[in-house]
Amino acid sequence: MVNEVLFWIVAFLTVIPSLALLFAKRPVHIAMSIVTVMVGLAAAYVGLGAPFLGVVQIVVYTGAVMMMFLFVLMLVGVDQREDLKETIKGQKWIGFAGSIGLAILLIAVIGKVTMEPRITGVEGNPEEIALQLFSEYVLVMEVLGFLLITAAVGALVLTHVPRLTPRRTQVELAEARVLAGANPVNKPMPGVYARHNALDVPALDPEGNVIEDSVSRVLEIRHQTQDGAEFRAHLENPEQKGGDDK
Amino acid sequence: MQSLIWLAIAIPLASAAFLLLAGKRADAWGHWVGVAASSVAFLVGAGALLEMLGESGDHPGMTLTLWEFIPGGDLNVDVGLLVDPLSITFVMLITFVGTLIHFYSVAYMEHDVARRRFFAYLNLFIAAMLLLVLADSFLLLFFGWEGVGLASYLLIGFWNQKNEYATAANKAFVVNRIGDIGLIVAMGMMFAAFGAVDFETVFAQAPEASTATLTAIGLALLLAACGKSAQFPLQSWLGDAMAGPTPVSALIHAATMVTAGVYLIVRSAPIFNGAPDAQLVVAVVGAITLLLGAFIGMAKDDIKKALAASTMSQIGYMMLAAGLGPIGYAFAIFHLVTHGFFKAGMFLGAGSVMHAMNDGVDMRRYGALRGVMTITWVTFGLGWLAILGVPPFSGYWSKDKIIEAAFVGDGWQPWVLGGAALVGAGLTAFYMSRLFFMTFHGKARWNDEVHPHESPLLMTVPMMILAVGSAFLGLFLASGDRFAHFLEPVTGHAEHHDPVIPIPLIIGLTLALVILGAVIAWLKYGRADVPEEAPAGSLATITARNDFFQDSVNRAVFQRPGQHLTRTLVYGDAAIIDGAVNKQARGWARLGEGSRKFQNGQVRSYALTMLVGVVVIALVIVMGA
Amino acid sequence: MNYVILAAILFSIGSAAVLLRRNAIVAFMGVELMLNAANLALVAFSRMFGELDGQIMAFFVMVVAAAEVVVGLAIIIALFRARQTISLDEPAELKG
Repeated sequence: MVNEVLFWIVAFLTVIPSLALLFAKRPVHIAMSIVTVMVGLAAAYVGLGAPFLGVVQIVVYTGAVMMMFLFVLMLVGVDQREDLKETIKGQKWIGFAGSIGLAILLIAVIGKVTMEPRITGVEGNPEEIALQLFSEYVLVMEVLGFLLITAAVGALVLTHVPRLTPRRTQVELAEARVLAGANPVNKPMPGVYARHNALDVPALDPEGNVIEDSVSRVLEIRHQTQDGAEFRAHLENPEQKGGDDK
Repeated sequence: MQSLIWLAIAIPLASAAFLLLAGKRADAWGHWVGVAASSVAFLVGAGALLEMLGESGDHPGMTLTLWEFIPGGDLNVDVGLLVDPLSITFVMLITFVGTLIHFYSVAYMEHDVARRRFFAYLNLFIAAMLLLVLADSFLLLFFGWEGVGLASYLLIGFWNQKNEYATAANKAFVVNRIGDIGLIVAMGMMFAAFGAVDFETVFAQAPEASTATLTAIGLALLLAACGKSAQFPLQSWLGDAMAGPTPVSALIHAATMVTAGVYLIVRSAPIFNGAPDAQLVVAVVGAITLLLGAFIGMAKDDIKKALAASTMSQIGYMMLAAGLGPIGYAFAIFHLVTHGFFKAGMFLGAGSVMHAMNDGVDMRRYGALRGVMTITWVTFGLGWLAILGVPPFSGYWSKDKIIEAAFVGDGWQPWVLGGAALVGAGLTAFYMSRLFFMTFHGKARWNDEVHPHESPLLMTVPMMILAVGSAFLGLFLASGDRFAHFLEPVTGHAEHHDPVIPIPLIIGLTLALVILGAVIAWLKYGRADVPEEAPAGSLATITARNDFFQDSVNRAVFQRPGQHLTRTLVYGDAAIIDGAVNKQARGWARLGEGSRKFQNGQVRSYALTMLVGVVVIALVIVMGA
Repeated sequence: MNYVILAAILFSIGSAAVLLRRNAIVAFMGVELMLNAANLALVAFSRMFGELDGQIMAFFVMVVAAAEVVVGLAIIIALFRARQTISLDEPAELKG
């Protein structure tokens, strides 16, 4: 039976990735697993005769909500690995026990219930849902609209950082820099003119010494810069063939 | 004039307020305002008396309702004044003696910087005392009662720059408050029993009340009377009250305020008539006090304290008479009036002597003052004869009647009470003669700095007037039982009873004892030399000299156990009540400390708690279903 | 019926994630999983009863969840700004 097969597929597609919530270490992996769960659930909805919800599930959850999660994850630092070692005494075991107890309890209750499945073949096609939404549930729809606007404004308020000092203009910034004794002219660009102008190669002064400032500090920290020695050697010994001199 | 009697209270009160508020600019003439206020009060009282004497009928006088005082649901008290023979008697005594003493004080307090204040207090006292005797309800009487207590306190402590005087004032105040509790309790019981505290309602319902109720009210009233009148066992304050200026001692602590207790008992006659046990207690208290006062008086060397003891003793006579019932009421008041005259006169005489002796009060430093202070000697002598009960002076007519009345009755009572009264008369004769001879006769024992001189006329004239009263008032009032008939509407008609021993024998015995006492006093203190320092004396003398160790007894019986009790209570409060509260509080605090651990601030713990709660509730629902 | 049991299991996993993970974002994903489990149950019941109301309710839940995610993530960002961390154990000012 197609439905049976579908159910088992969905079951594996949801339960296995959702376990990542408990055991995975990298938040990005978890988020991707949840995306999988959402897609599985969307398949389940379609299988249960609710194609509209299936589509909405994909669009809202997979497309919007989970992407927002990922976005926030990037914002707060994707590297925030979590140590799974529990810090609160007893939290782990009581938490597991409580969750498993809840699952057992729910399954036991559901198993006890015998219901007459009345499969009337009602398909949750978008038209019927739309009719219901905008007739019987129109008030709820409007209230939900308010809720969404409120949530949007709330998010704006929560993430807004009020400016405490007046904004400094570019002129003021430049003056301040000169006052502080900085070099008024531009820093030298990276790269060796006519030979190698990649960003990771420091510029050389007329005497052939490396100008440290010409390379982005980030690259330096990542040890992704070249020291330019081979090009200097090439300058000193024109006979030798350069690496990229093809 | 009877309907204007309120002026007698209002004018001295207004004068007192004026004098207290007027400030220094009234210092020069303020005392004359006080004298005038007192005199006007006397004139108002005299007018009321004349009007009353002109009235016929069984119930002369009137009730004057001024305004509604406490309009309560069940308790309605009006401010009303009761003018009847009893109250008018007191009004006359208070205003007449009071006015004389006001005049006397003008001279006596001449060099005192606070003379204006003194007269303000005196006027306050006059107003309060008049309110006390004119009130038509126990509650209003209580106002006057407290007012005189206040005035007494202020005047005893008038020279409060001396610590012991201030202490004496406090002592008088505190002891009086003990008595006041009695009056408050009595009013409470009256309200419970009769639903009212005005005289008319209470006395109208008193005959129907149970004996137990009346006895309880009577004993509470007696406690009040004991406090105010310095009767046993609340007598300790009177001796110390002599710290006040001598005119105060004469007016408040001899003639008027201390007799308020007797007034209360006589005024409450309908209550006591229904409570024979309470009456007996009154009489016994009176008998004890009269002997106690007499014994103390025999040993005191301080002239004012000796007189104070004598006052105590004489008020004991009055209480004894008041406790005898209708046969005694009239004589109690009669003795009160004559006593007011002769004792006030003697106090003023003592003041005059002190004035002459640079305020020395030790009688052992007096002696042979007859020559230099003739007027004082004569006036004091008349008072002395009166208190001794020598016929035909005032004291004879009143005291002798009390002794006679004390011998009326059945069983042991006449013998005990009468015997006490009889012995008291002899003791009185001894200690008053001792005082008189030590002061005016014998050899001069004062030292060289003292230059005795007669007092100015402003002081001697009031003394003379009082001396005339001491001499003849008794005869005037007693002739034809004039006074007893006058009071009859209030005290009730007394059936004539025969004493257990014949009247002539009583009179004879009394006179014999009086003469005996006086002769012994003459032999010991008149003819013989009086040592300037008090001899060690026997145990009895020491006991009497120390007021029967009343202070020590009070300290041992009331103060010490009281202190221990309060200390125990404080301990109990701290250990048991506070302890329980604190332990409980500590328990709650510990509970809080314990429950604080649940608030560990960890969001996930809270979430866990929620989940566990959800599981448990779901489990309960599932199991229950 | 099977779908309801699946929803129960997913719900339990989500709740365990909320309880056990310290990373606020991960815990939040647990909350989302619980919401989705509820949605699955609603849709399954809707199927069983042949009524559309379950689906509509699931739709509403999605909308509310979207609003909740917006606010929740904003709170997490604000938290991160204030503390430079998103650990749930860090804000313990309410400790008694």
